Amino acid sequence: MDLLIDLIQLTVYGVVLGSILALGAIGVSMIFGILRFAHFAHGDLMTIGAYVGLSFIAVTDAPIWWALPAGMTGAALTALVVDQAVYKHIRRTQPVILLISSFGMALVLRSIVQIIWGPSVQSYPTGIQRPWWIWEISIVPNHVWIMLATVVIVTALHLFLTRTRIGKAMRAMSDNMDLALVTGIPAERVIMITWLIGGALAAGAGVLLGMDSRLTPTMGWNILLPVFAAAILGGIGRPYGAIAGGLVIGMAMEISTLFLEPSYKPAVAFVIMVAVLIVRPQGIFKGAL
Amino acid sequence: MELAGIAAYLVSFFTFVGIYAILVLGLNMQWGFSGQFNIGVAGFFAVGAYTSAILTTPESPWHVGGYGMPFLVGIVGAVIASALLGLLIGWVTARLRTDYLAIATIGIAETLRLIIANERWLTNGVRGMSNIERPYADFFNALGLSSAMGSLIVVCAFLVMVYFLVERARQSPWGRVQRAIRENEPAAEASGKNIGRFRLQAFVVGSAIMGLGGALYAHYFGFLSPEAFLPLYGTFLVWVMLIAGGSGNNKGALLGTVIIWAIWSGSEFLMSTALPDALSGQSGPLRVLLIGVLLQVILIKRPEGLLPEKAPKTVPFGKQK
Repeated sequence: MDLLIDLIQLTVYGVVLGSILALGAIGVSMIFGILRFAHFAHGDLMTIGAYVGLSFIAVTDAPIWWALPAGMTGAALTALVVDQAVYKHIRRTQPVILLISSFGMALVLRSIVQIIWGPSVQSYPTGIQRPWWIWEISIVPNHVWIMLATVVIVTALHLFLTRTRIGKAMRAMSDNMDLALVTGIPAERVIMITWLIGGALAAGAGVLLGMDSRLTPTMGWNILLPVFAAAILGGIGRPYGAIAGGLVIGMAMEISTLFLEPSYKPAVAFVIMVAVLIVRPQGIFKGAL
Repeated sequence: MELAGIAAYLVSFFTFVGIYAILVLGLNMQWGFSGQFNIGVAGFFAVGAYTSAILTTPESPWHVGGYGMPFLVGIVGAVIASALLGLLIGWVTARLRTDYLAIATIGIAETLRLIIANERWLTNGVRGMSNIERPYADFFNALGLSSAMGSLIVVCAFLVMVYFLVERARQSPWGRVQRAIRENEPAAEASGKNIGRFRLQAFVVGSAIMGLGGALYAHYFGFLSPEAFLPLYGTFLVWVMLIAGGSGNNKGALLGTVIIWAIWSGSEFLMSTALPDALSGQSGPLRVLLIGVLLQVILIKRPEGLLPEKAPKTVPFGKQK
């Protein structure tokens, strides 16, 4: 019976972590769909978003939830600047050069965070939260907010991709680049919007991760591997798969703490990812962007 | 700084250059020759270093080992261990595209670092392993040389060996097949080459070279902790060195190592003197920023590196017999 309670409790934590991973993985997946490379600086975009949100509420004294839109704006602009200043110039060469560049960019962004905000651990002023008890399962209010915020963000993204012209153009480019280009889709504009959205989603994940635990300059890098695992599990290039992938990876990571040291959580995500790569490299979920 | 200080600094500088050069040559074998994207260099580096340390250190209550084996046994063990790791990873990832290989290799490196940090019985965790002896310290002392100088000589000897090995491999038919696969996989396959086997060979040889670098690092530095195998030191610097020098070109790899290490260690010196005290804590991130921006500039302005790859001279016909 105790085991069952533990299992349910860990599943709750897993869904929370999974929501955060999903937001990151959608961005990785979209960028891969359009630009055909794995964006290694995505974790550090999350970090930037979390810290921008922190500064915004510290300066304006706004309620803590304002960290989300502020961080999303900050990271979206950062992603756009990085693309225009660097990635744009090497896009025409092979995608693997972009991969190297983004790996370097990850370290550049992280050192900028360290220079501006310092290396120490910081946290959002959430105060002490009294958990709600349902039967013997405890639920922290923050966790409910994190899940709700994810649902809102994902719904907004879904509406954007299916209802707006530019969203449809984005799906077209991800489906078939050549066909999309001959039909006159403004490629450059679609790429810019992809970066804005990818950056905003990454920041969403970063702010929520910061609320769930604390802010450190390496918080994004440390979660990058599980984010990639989620994107690959969902079939890279497929944002809707990334949501499912995030939830599966998040739950697997939390439930693994029943029999493994918690510090091995990223390794659990990695092992699942390798298994998927060997058995089903196309991912386990169907459905294109 | 007096003369002895400068001499000691130069010895340490060139020892690190030598160790990094071996890592860069190993990466050049994987990326430069055969186009396999490994950003888990730190993992192979760590496996080599820890294998040699466990084999050669005297008994310690803090971790396994106590075999007290000679230096060369440690080196051979490190090369075998990292080659086996390379074989396993290469075999698993053989059919994967570049992006997946990149993610898989960095995953392995980070997982290894987690294991090193958490399995206290094996590696003494974050407290690290000490008492790793410098190679042939007694012998060099008898010659009147310091143990640091001795390490430099040993590292240089191994570097020369590795350099001739990879340069010969590059000019050989084997190296030509590697480049053919890198440039045009279907064409190489159509000429009857077993692509999977050739790529795996390059990956394993590259991994073994990186393991050798790790073992030499362990014996020079004398102390190992998971910190040294963060992606920044173990992987990122090695990549920047290769890209700056010119991937595919072994001479370029050496040149890139010297230049980037000079910038990296020189910037430490510069920032410790130039920065005001209030900012001294920021010198680490500033140096990373410098190298990171440098990489972006190279990728945009000169992606082929300082010494671009050249078609190798073929071995003259007469010499083959």
